[in-house]
Amino acid sequence: MTFSFVAESLLNGLLVGGVYSLMAIGLTLIFGVMRVVNFAHGSLIMLGMYTSYWAVTLLQLDPYLAILVALAVLFLIGAGFQKFLINPILDAPEHNQLLLTLGVSLFMENLAVFLWSPDYRVLKTPYAQVNYYIGDLSISLVRLLAFVSAMVLSGILYLVLTRTDLGKAIRAASEEPQGALLMGINVRRLYMITFGIGAACAGVSGAAITPFIPVYPYVGWLFVITAFVVVVLGGMGNVLGAFVGGLIIGVADSVGAMFLPGAMKSIISFTLFIIILLFKPAGLFGRRNG
Amino acid sequence: MAEKGGYLKRKLGRNAWVALFLLLAALHVLPWVVPSILHIMIMVFLFSLMGQGWNVLGGYAGQFSFGHSLFFGLGAYVSSLLFVRLGLTPWLGIFVSCGAGVLLGLFIGFLSFRYGLKGPFFALIMLAFAEIFHMIATGWSAVGGALGVLIPLKGNAPGLMQFMHKGPFYFMTLWLMVGSIYLVWRLEGTRLGLYFLATREDHDAAEALGVNTFRAQMAAMAISAGMTAVGGTIYAQYLLYIDPDSTFGVVNSVEIMLRPIIGGPGTILGPLLGSVVLTPLSEVTRLAFQSYSGVYLMIYGMILVAVIMFLPGGLIGLARKIVSKVHRVVT
Repeated sequence: MTFSFVAESLLNGLLVGGVYSLMAIGLTLIFGVMRVVNFAHGSLIMLGMYTSYWAVTLLQLDPYLAILVALAVLFLIGAGFQKFLINPILDAPEHNQLLLTLGVSLFMENLAVFLWSPDYRVLKTPYAQVNYYIGDLSISLVRLLAFVSAMVLSGILYLVLTRTDLGKAIRAASEEPQGALLMGINVRRLYMITFGIGAACAGVSGAAITPFIPVYPYVGWLFVITAFVVVVLGGMGNVLGAFVGGLIIGVADSVGAMFLPGAMKSIISFTLFIIILLFKPAGLFGRRNG
Repeated sequence: MAEKGGYLKRKLGRNAWVALFLLLAALHVLPWVVPSILHIMIMVFLFSLMGQGWNVLGGYAGQFSFGHSLFFGLGAYVSSLLFVRLGLTPWLGIFVSCGAGVLLGLFIGFLSFRYGLKGPFFALIMLAFAEIFHMIATGWSAVGGALGVLIPLKGNAPGLMQFMHKGPFYFMTLWLMVGSIYLVWRLEGTRLGLYFLATREDHDAAEALGVNTFRAQMAAMAISAGMTAVGGTIYAQYLLYIDPDSTFGVVNSVEIMLRPIIGGPGTILGPLLGSVVLTPLSEVTRLAFQSYSGVYLMIYGMILVAVIMFLPGGLIGLARKIVSKVHRVVT
């Protein structure tokens, strides 16, 4: 195990970690605002990947322009999902929402099997061949671009949440839904927008990795549990925590891959997940609870 | 026990006994009348048994597990490995499996309930444990790795739980399923059963009234895990082949939990009813859309969403509503 090998896998871990961050930000935003654990997040990532795949192969779009298409499409899907399915049962016991999102996830994934077959599809793009070298450290362009895309969207989202009225309203509704309602905020509409934003995060992160990860209907499972790990690590509902958590898990996974056989590389992050849930349920950066 | 004070009466009326007897008699004749549906019936009974296991923890004690494939897979692997490596007959292996399931259940229960984990967090921690076992089973070649475990065919060997035809499995799963229903029926009338309900309905209030909710949850976990592990052993012996995906896979957790949830969580007959509806659906659509084998899961998803949105009490709840409405109209 040479130094450059270690450095390279750490760097790759960090790059993938940026994408994990964005996935987890979507998940944690949805949880923070409406206390819904969105089990369908993996399916939304999968839909983002397919959206990008079809936009590139059918419409000849540039894969990085297709990210914007995925953003728009997934925002609409997420908003519709919230309005028609989640909203009616928002007051039911919390496991009902979890089961509902599980049902939706089963439906979407297997609809994808039905429509597009279970085959693995690889997006062919000229970018995939490009590598940059720093000394004997190689960085693949597509991973770098995925990282950059995720960072850009995370940054924009951070600005929206902290600097705009919409962001202020979202944060208010997550802190105190009753109070927000009394202040004249349309909480139901806000929930819809928030779910849309959460789904768009999933969509963009999916679209950003399509150039180097094959697309298939169950691909979401590769990420959804990792996204949960990140969310728990950062503290449920904590957007900044999810951001940092994603980078940590990305690196932890790549460290795991150095020592453990391929099938077991995620054991480290799963174990981390269990330990944090048990001993530090508020997350590493936990400030408030519930 | 029913006579003693402190226990709820667990008695059936005469008509119910007659109906039950006739139903069981019919089920015993069935293999000779329509032998072609034996496989489906075995699957109905097997998943009803494991669904009942999930139901004890999820339906009665209110702890929704998203990872019951953990106990299913453990049951399948323990008995199969004991047989393949040590030659231990599955008739004994099934007890070891059950014991292993109970121990693992108690371990996870101890960790989770000690720290007051509940709701989605408990669901996710179960999922994480199932996935960890999935990864270990896939990556560790000593337990078969990704290829799984092939149980050597010994021909007609009743002593090794292998038979030339499906009949014995039919009766075995039938009676295990009936046994699981009887167990839960009796459980409903005990103090422990009431503790389950109290814990589910209001954890803090139950504590305040002196219910040891931790012990109640642990008991629910042990019963639940043991029942599901037994199902895993039977499954392995029936198919004679197991691999990590078909045992520890997420799909199995979904298969197991969906039966009681759709049938009616926290009811005695919910898991059976759910299994009667879902199992044939999955078997038939799997045959009809062979290469698109996920289609039945799409239908599962739609049913699950519909049940959560419109029938929170499951099919049993729906049946009760209809019966009481008819009753009201008639009287």
